[in-house]
Amino acid sequence: MRAFAALALLLGLMQAGPAATQARDTLTIGITQFPSTLHPMIDSMAAKSYVLHMARRPLTTWDKDWKLVCLMCVDLPTFENGGARRVTLPDGREGAEVTFRIHPDAKWGDGRPVTAADAILAWDVGRHPRSGVASGEAYRRILNVEARDAKTVVFTNERVTFSYNDFSQFEFLPDHVERARFEADPETYRRRTAFDTEPGNPALANGPYRVTQVQPGAAIVLEQNPHWHGAKPHFRRIVVRVIENTAALEANLLSGSIDYVAGELGFTLDQALALEKRQAARFDFVYVPSLLYEHIDLNLDLAALKDVRVRRALLHALDREALVRQLFEGKQPVARSFVNPRDASFSPDTPAYAFDLPRAQALLVEAGYDRVVDSVRQNAAGERLSFDFGTTAGNRIRETVQQVLQSQWRRAGIEARIRNEPARVFFGESLRQRRFQMAMYAWFSAPESVPRTTLHSESIPTEANGWAGQNQPGIRNADMDAAIDALERELDPGRRKAIWARVQRIYAEEAWVLPLYYRSDPFAIPKWLAGIEPTGHQYYSTLRVEHWRPR
Amino acid sequence: MIRYAGARAFQGLVVLLAASFAIYMLLGLMPGDPVDLMASGNPDITPDDVRRLRELHGLDRPLAARYADWLVALLQGDLGYSRIFNKPVLATVAPYLANTAALMLVAFALALAVGLPLGLAAASRRGGFLDGAINGFAFLSAATPTFWLALLLIVVFAVVLGWLPASALPPPGEDGLAARAAGLILPVATLATVSAGEYARHMRAAASEALAQDWVRTARAKGASEFRVLSGHVLRNALVPVATVAALGFGSLFSGALVTETVFAYPGMGKLIYDAIMGSDFNLALACLLAASTLVIVANFAADMVYAVLDPRIGFGGAR
Repeated sequence: MRAFAALALLLGLMQAGPAATQARDTLTIGITQFPSTLHPMIDSMAAKSYVLHMARRPLTTWDKDWKLVCLMCVDLPTFENGGARRVTLPDGREGAEVTFRIHPDAKWGDGRPVTAADAILAWDVGRHPRSGVASGEAYRRILNVEARDAKTVVFTNERVTFSYNDFSQFEFLPDHVERARFEADPETYRRRTAFDTEPGNPALANGPYRVTQVQPGAAIVLEQNPHWHGAKPHFRRIVVRVIENTAALEANLLSGSIDYVAGELGFTLDQALALEKRQAARFDFVYVPSLLYEHIDLNLDLAALKDVRVRRALLHALDREALVRQLFEGKQPVARSFVNPRDASFSPDTPAYAFDLPRAQALLVEAGYDRVVDSVRQNAAGERLSFDFGTTAGNRIRETVQQVLQSQWRRAGIEARIRNEPARVFFGESLRQRRFQMAMYAWFSAPESVPRTTLHSESIPTEANGWAGQNQPGIRNADMDAAIDALERELDPGRRKAIWARVQRIYAEEAWVLPLYYRSDPFAIPKWLAGIEPTGHQYYSTLRVEHWRPR
Repeated sequence: MIRYAGARAFQGLVVLLAASFAIYMLLGLMPGDPVDLMASGNPDITPDDVRRLRELHGLDRPLAARYADWLVALLQGDLGYSRIFNKPVLATVAPYLANTAALMLVAFALALAVGLPLGLAAASRRGGFLDGAINGFAFLSAATPTFWLALLLIVVFAVVLGWLPASALPPPGEDGLAARAAGLILPVATLATVSAGEYARHMRAAASEALAQDWVRTARAKGASEFRVLSGHVLRNALVPVATVAALGFGSLFSGALVTETVFAYPGMGKLIYDAIMGSDFNLALACLLAASTLVIVANFAADMVYAVLDPRIGFGGAR
């Protein structure tokens, strides 16, 4: 640690090394992760999305203002404009038929047009149970995909939900390249796909760039796709270099080996804050609160945590504002719930828990913890208000936050015993099998993402369901279940917003989960580079890479 | 000699079989499987997806049955597919192995080329200034964290002076021989500095012991020059214990140097093994770890051969 501090000092002493003087027709981006596959549907990985967003475009996406927009389609189909309609399914249920018109000029990198056949192949691969697609359930909820003509594709969804026209995760696959490979043997398709066996094949790209070279574990090179139908990008070539160690990433940036560190997959917040103090003249620093929200799950099977007064006292005892101010210079806003204030579904009426130590103590007394022995509260039965508090060992920021929270709770007579585990044990066993008392970690989601997998009672992991599901606290609440069910079916934005408000109110009032703060993506953008629009959600800034250019 | 080599080869195979079983079981006993890890970071994955993926990747089968399948396939020359890279294991490992070989072999050779003469020089001037300086270097190199040294070299030579690249691999399209060689200078210097100190210390100890022997005095009495004494008599005898240390060092070559590779963004075996283990990629992890085990066995065997060459009194077992 001392060695690192000495090195940081040395870095601080030098203001700037030899600045990058390379030609501005190449942009070199540094990221911290190498994608294990370049197939857009197999596995989900942030690094893969970041790179592929430059080379491929989904039908729709969420833009920087968190609005659903068309990318490969001509216009967004809605019930109002006739692009979508309710249909009766063969089993009598009501489904939704959504018609997308594919952009007439959209082409693959080999000049072949993007057609409905490419959408049908994506659906065939996605819904096949043995194709290895991670979230295949989303494809199986589409009952049929049909080509009305080469440039018109009709999806039949098994249910009518408000997200009927959100196809942001739906990626076209080039039928003329991948169909034969898939049909030869769907089970081994993931090992034979051209995305991994010949990643430089131009026919795999339909975005402004195409992958031309892959240096395993080290770099991916993209060059302009001459058949891209949108705005012509400025940079002829983009090199994405992988440097996993963030201190080395910083050294590479300062030495000019890389031009820009991806905000979504680069510096830690504390590193960016330190860099800003030294290098404000060279970079613009932007901190974008994201959909990643840090929180503490409470295990509701514990007797003490079943009492809502105890849970609320846990929140009132925390000075989260001071925490984010002191540790993150206020760059990571305190969270009220899992819904980010930038999300259209956010409700400003969601109850907030201000730091109020007397209130916390009163709630604990009310809950029966009215005596203090050795600085820890106890109830009449002698049960101490003491919990195991776990997170991922080795995550320096989380461990620091944990210590602050521990000391704040101590003032209220609540003991938090730190029990950290390596990420693999923490996520793979303790959290999955609900063998924790208080667990701190982060969730991410898409804008207006329904919390079925995290808050609905059907998603509680149990031995009977093979520990599947992500409702780790064990929330069983009929009101929440009903609200989530209603939320998905409600198409009217106004009425849906009211349900969203209900969901957030229940979440806050019940305090099953202690929201801490929304994580921010720190962007250090070189002064000469313009056009980067951080989004804060999983549809990264590279979806608009064609607008990046030197000032 | 042939009988000895055959017996050592058989021992090696038994050790490899035992190692493969132990590695497979240890990987299997690690908490959480790859599908759990996938699901923990992706709320879109439903319980049905989890069940389907676990079955698809064979994770619902007993560990012993999976090991037996792997062993049968291995005997047929099939190392299988890497689960995280969706590629044949050999194709996955090859570029990483080539990178590690280039880095580690050069670093190993440089460390020996620097460490052994330094150790010999220190022993020949025992107690003097040179001895103190070399000892100081040896202890400093042993005490310096690789991570810190690597970053320091980057800061000085890449950031401040701008003489060398901060990353070991030049970007694609700019990766000519000169660029590749320039990229390797800092990581090689990092690894060689740390190892050279160790070799110097061992060489100094062994050479000091040799210098105290009667036959050294005899050689000097016969009028042999100091250079002749050191290079012709002391070095050869002192190399026997150093060969053991070097053999062990060589054996670890292909398991890579995780820290150096990470800091210099160099995709090598250390990082690959780490990713394979953390991602529960059994086929890949086994192939990498068995390759490293094989090399340790081969290196030890080679060390035995070197002993015999250096000291004819050492035989290959049996009565002499």
